[in-house]
Amino acid sequence: MDFATVIQILDSAVRLMTPLLLACLAGLFSERSGIFDIGLEGKMLMAAFASAAAAAVTGNVWIGLAAGVAGSAALSLVHGAASITFRGNQLISGVAINFLASGLTVLLGQTWFGLGGRTPALDGAARFAEWQLPFAAQIAPVPVIGPLYADVLSGHTPLVYVALLAVPATWWLLYRTRFGLRLRAVGENPASVDTAGVSVTRLRWTAIAITGLLTGLAGAYLATGLSAGFVKEMSAGRGYIALAALIFANWRPWRALGATFLFGLMEAVANRFPGIDLGPFTVPSMFMNALPYILTVIILAGFIGRATPPRAGGEPYVKES
Amino acid sequence: MIPSGEHEPGPAQGPGFGAAAAPAGAWAGAPAGASAGGAPAAIELRGISKSFGPVQANKDIDLTVARGSIHGIVGENGAGKSTLMSILYGFYRPDAGTIRIGGREIAITDSQTAIRAGIGMVFQHFKLVPNFTVLENVILGAEDGPWLRGSLARARGELQRLAADYDLQVDPDRTVETLSVGHQQRVEILKALYRRAEILILDEPTGVLTPAEADHLFRILGGLRDQGKTIVLITHKLREIMDITDTVSVMRRGEIVTTMPTRDTSPERLAEAMVGRKVLLDSGRTPAVPGPAVLDLKGLRMVDKDGVERLRGIDLSLRAGEILGLAGVSGNGQSALMEILGGYPEPGAKVEGRLTLNGRPLPLTRTDAGARRDAGIGHIPEDRQAEGLIMDFAAWENTAFGYHDRARYGRGWLMDTAAMRAEAAAWMDQFDVRPRDPDLASRNFSGGNQQKLVVAREIENDPTVLLIGQPTRGVDIGAIEFIHRRIIGLRDAGRAILLVSVELDEIMQLSDRIAVMFDGRIMGERLPGQTDAGELGLLMAGLDPATTAPEDGIPPEVGGPAPPFDPGRDRPSDAGPASPSPSKGII
Repeated sequence: MDFATVIQILDSAVRLMTPLLLACLAGLFSERSGIFDIGLEGKMLMAAFASAAAAAVTGNVWIGLAAGVAGSAALSLVHGAASITFRGNQLISGVAINFLASGLTVLLGQTWFGLGGRTPALDGAARFAEWQLPFAAQIAPVPVIGPLYADVLSGHTPLVYVALLAVPATWWLLYRTRFGLRLRAVGENPASVDTAGVSVTRLRWTAIAITGLLTGLAGAYLATGLSAGFVKEMSAGRGYIALAALIFANWRPWRALGATFLFGLMEAVANRFPGIDLGPFTVPSMFMNALPYILTVIILAGFIGRATPPRAGGEPYVKES
Repeated sequence: MIPSGEHEPGPAQGPGFGAAAAPAGAWAGAPAGASAGGAPAAIELRGISKSFGPVQANKDIDLTVARGSIHGIVGENGAGKSTLMSILYGFYRPDAGTIRIGGREIAITDSQTAIRAGIGMVFQHFKLVPNFTVLENVILGAEDGPWLRGSLARARGELQRLAADYDLQVDPDRTVETLSVGHQQRVEILKALYRRAEILILDEPTGVLTPAEADHLFRILGGLRDQGKTIVLITHKLREIMDITDTVSVMRRGEIVTTMPTRDTSPERLAEAMVGRKVLLDSGRTPAVPGPAVLDLKGLRMVDKDGVERLRGIDLSLRAGEILGLAGVSGNGQSALMEILGGYPEPGAKVEGRLTLNGRPLPLTRTDAGARRDAGIGHIPEDRQAEGLIMDFAAWENTAFGYHDRARYGRGWLMDTAAMRAEAAAWMDQFDVRPRDPDLASRNFSGGNQQKLVVAREIENDPTVLLIGQPTRGVDIGAIEFIHRRIIGLRDAGRAILLVSVELDEIMQLSDRIAVMFDGRIMGERLPGQTDAGELGLLMAGLDPATTAPEDGIPPEVGGPAPPFDPGRDRPSDAGPASPSPSKGII
């Protein structure tokens, strides 16, 4: 494997990591506040559809982005109402959201566009353009560092950089601010927050809102950055992979970057080498494509490391003395 | 008795808090229920009522607590103490009545209002974030601004000052889950003081403490009172009321039945006021007539699935017709021991040792509670709701459960449910279980009555050996008296009883021999007539009474203190697998 191929794979890994990273951080906010969110998948799908539809109609990707966030936020509202306000079962609410998004996107897509659930292909201003980072062209000739900067780091759509910047921002918010302290506390022991005179409900709603925003970005990136338009079930389990990465990352932002990059890398490798020839037999492409999912199963089954989820996760808070 | 320093231990003495230089007459001028000479009372409740559906939890409560005093509130479970305090802390809004704090009438709508009014609460179950540091826990909800840095720095200085003023030393950088229970409680007190609480409410604060820790807590409370803070102490332990409060109120069925200066009352009178009738605090037992050894345990060791050694070589011998009391702070291996004797060791645990019953060996693992019961070992588990009963089953099902395959319940292939019901009804009569309805689901009985169901089942099946864990935890005084008498009755019938309790009073009252457990081993054995709470307290803290003064019996900061003579070992880790992190200079 030559250096150019490596650069190509890394570049592709960054692109494929982005929706996972955004969704993973989205899940981090929700779960750190004590609300399990298995509906990341559905929210991403809804955001992908909404952004693709709006971008196709208006021809403006930024309006598409706003529509994507709105679509995801609407489902977040449903999840918040079910699990915070009405103290329902968070898993059931999440599963319902996934089904809802899966059916609704195709139904609306067919009704509006009549393309069998797809949206029209996006081009021009209806898609995100690629940004060249400053001095990319000048640094490119420098060996090793040059290609890494110019080809791997530079030349992505804006949402990639938003996702990368969201990592330190999340870390800072979580560990350096009052909001972060309270957020971490409410996921561990909501009673401690409540008895300190802080509203558990308001904190959790705030967390859910941030989750809605971030999954909105993730979905919009899928439809308008990674692809050019919405296709049925295009999130393809990325919401679940993001959850697995979140567990793998032990609910910490920097580790989330590492975990999602690993998944992105596997997907990139599978795309680049559909079948690996090992002499006596060839590893089939299906296996390569299944790798991220296999790893997800292994992580979710708890084989890797010891994950310590937020202690109050999954339980509605009921005041008691 | 609590070894309260130089103070004499008589239970009926006045405000017997002697360690801090408390001005003995400080409160005396203020008659209970009125505010002295113009200074407004710290707390003044008038006509507070609160009902939950048909249940009247608080009925027309009038209560006045003078500033700078320690006021005790006693009452049985369900008497309405906790509801009243929850109203003061803004968890519930009263249906009627007024609250005055420091003379000013306020409506406490939420905890934030209560905190602003200067009320701090130390709950029975701590409201701490286990994986936060002490510092983070203290500032949570009381931060100075949106950024943490400044808040943390200020809190650090403030904690230093509070530690010096009130003898409340805690390492601010330590994670709370690695602290011992006593130190976690200090963090709760520090939280309240950091929020400038003038009134401190403590709900059953000593339930989880060793006698020495409790004593230290009382010294702290005395110091706080001397600095002008007002303290409300909710407890069911009459001795604590007698030892440290200035005034006391008794609650029964949602009402305050009496309020008086503590020095004018006695434990007997308080107990009577709580229950509404005369109570025999003394279980009236006669000396044991022990027979031959029945149960013999040699060299029991247990390593749990995380590789932590929880039991480190336990030898016990239990004779017919005696009660062996096993004292100790919870989490020192008592539960593991009882589970192994009861036939259900913790999953994944490695167990070794030898157990014989009447000379016949019994397996330690690969057995179950049913086989143990067949062999003659009955068990009243310490957690009646999780292990003693199936909460959704009817009373009659629960009194038969575990013995349901006995011949007397059988009718061919089927269970004779009529026989089970009849027996349950008879036992409920004998044990005075209320309401007397065998078809009622167990969860609808009060804690005391649930416990009576378990006790009835195990005692009436007449075991050779009865294992009893925390028989009276969360049980009201009337039922305690009854359960104690039944246990002694079983002993007098020549049965062997192993009693585990964290209530030292209970151990002292019932046991014919007392063994103290600490960190997975038996620290020593004493006869009840020849020891006192001070000596047992030292053993419970893992110290040798021969070489330590009673005041030093406060375990170190870390959870499950390591025995001082054996520092290399692992420690019991109820607080999780936290490794003993190096102590950074204590403030």
